[in-house]
Amino acid sequence: MDLQERFTKGDLDAFEALFRQFQGRVYAWIMRIVRDAGHAEDLTVETFWRIYQARARFRPDGDFAAWAYRIATNLALSHVKRRSREDELPPDEPSVSLANPAVEQEEHEQIRRAFQSLPAKIQVAVTLALVEDRPYQEIADALGIATGTVKSRVFRGLQLLRKHLKRMRVHA
Amino acid sequence: MKAGNHLKQVHLKHDEEEVRAVLRGALPAVDTEPPRDLWPAMLRRMEEAAPAARVPWYDWALAAGLATVVLFFPKVLLLFAYHL
Repeated sequence: MDLQERFTKGDLDAFEALFRQFQGRVYAWIMRIVRDAGHAEDLTVETFWRIYQARARFRPDGDFAAWAYRIATNLALSHVKRRSREDELPPDEPSVSLANPAVEQEEHEQIRRAFQSLPAKIQVAVTLALVEDRPYQEIADALGIATGTVKSRVFRGLQLLRKHLKRMRVHA
Repeated sequence: MKAGNHLKQVHLKHDEEEVRAVLRGALPAVDTEPPRDLWPAMLRRMEEAAPAARVPWYDWALAAGLATVVLFFPKVLLLFAYHL
């Protein structure tokens, strides 16, 4: 009986082996989305807990990594949604100059806030595609959507960010 | 028409590159290596979720009934002892 088959039957040693094999990749994927080590750890553990709970529904010959990525992405997306609800972008930002490092830091903060004000689904697509340079196909698989949908979310994100940055008078 | 589309594509690509550069400047690169082995945290999560051993209410009622009988009729213990 192979590892995945033993896992589906509730073998804890098999689960531990799969956990150790995939924890790094799942953590890295979540970290790319949420960009916070503490939350990434919690969400990684939560991902594997959901995997363990749903083990009976997993086909032993299925793609464990793809399944784990899908669950991890959904959890990370929910986290980004919650975070977006908590943070609000101030209505009008003053014009800034890059001459002073403190001012530059302030500008980066404004950009981050503008970015976090994007709808969560768009934020995740933009982070993975533009900041983390992940292929569109990989993002689509993890989100369970078509590649075209990922592209349109990134495009919409670009438009919204342009608008925010213009309002903040940051020249991209 | 084709030249117009090409120009639009070039403009979009340029736009994407500019926003990408701004975002990368503002969002610091993240370390994607887990800082520690997460298996102990996984085990804690599983323990937390495990349902605590619960005694159903009718078992408590049965135990209370037996205790009452023994209290009022102590000799019944001898009967139990005989059957053991």
